Amino acid sequence: MKGIKKLWFGLCILALLSPIGLMASGTAWGEWGAEEFSKMLGYVPQGLARFSDLWKAPLPDYGVPGIGEVTGYVLSAFLGITLILIITWGIGKVLANRAEQ
Amino acid sequence: MHIPDGYLSPSTCAVMYAVAAPFWYRATKKVKQVLTTRMVPLLSIFAAFSFVIMMFNIPVPDGTTAHAVGGTLMAIVLGPWAATLGVSIALMVQAIFFGDGGILAFGANCFNMAIVLPFVGFAVYRAICANAPSGSWRHWLGGAIGSYAGINAASLCAAIEFGIQPLLFHTSSGAPLYCPYGLTQAIPAMMLAHLTVAGIAEMVVTAGAIAFLQKTMPVIMALRVGKGV
Repeated sequence: MKGIKKLWFGLCILALLSPIGLMASGTAWGEWGAEEFSKMLGYVPQGLARFSDLWKAPLPDYGVPGIGEVTGYVLSAFLGITLILIITWGIGKVLANRAEQ
Repeated sequence: MHIPDGYLSPSTCAVMYAVAAPFWYRATKKVKQVLTTRMVPLLSIFAAFSFVIMMFNIPVPDGTTAHAVGGTLMAIVLGPWAATLGVSIALMVQAIFFGDGGILAFGANCFNMAIVLPFVGFAVYRAICANAPSGSWRHWLGGAIGSYAGINAASLCAAIEFGIQPLLFHTSSGAPLYCPYGLTQAIPAMMLAHLTVAGIAEMVVTAGAIAFLQKTMPVIMALRVGKGV
């Protein structure tokens, strides 16, 4: 579609600007980690401690280990966009194949 | 609004998966019907847009942060079912790769941000500009008001999910097992963040994107104008 390249271009600009989001200090309400809980409450709820580390994400908080925070954030933005592109394309393929049958 | 693992009991998480599942199923059916149109590459773009826009954290006066979601925008351009799929994909990538939102809590997060948000946002938008021509100003105004309603409805749902935890799940001595904050703390905190900064950010993003599309790519805005769910 004509003009769709323009949208991708705009998206890349947004990804490059994403570190603006790092300027806001603090955590979103209800997204504190177990350590922050022990500071805020003096204890960590049992169940929360048990499940909070259930999954270890490879790039926690959109940071790339060993790389600066800002660069890591931008890389994470581009990686996220790429992963979404692949997944959406894959779902589209599967659904399209089924539709043909 | 990305609930991490450990804040909701496993049973709450299971219920939220069960609630979200039929919506996901219907969304894939619905999106299949529109595959012949030009919407699939657009689904990638808007899902990616939602992903990136959620990285723009904005400070909230109480010291926390919040962000826009872009789900109502997706619902207006591609339809609410496509928005369910698109936002769910963005949330899945965030949870698995970046630890933003839990794996157990994925059903709850999708219910709030990928189901409640776009459907409420779309309903309000439709009420404002059902039959206006695709270039009309009513679309960006409807998008602004709809997206504000949508993100706040989603935020209220998240607050209720947080807030019922200490009521339902505690040790025999009364210590909370999961989220320790009840409804009287969760609802004001979540609503403060979303009635103010996140809601306004969502309005600006939605209205701005619609006005931009109307001006530069009217064909995209015309895809679904006047169409229902």
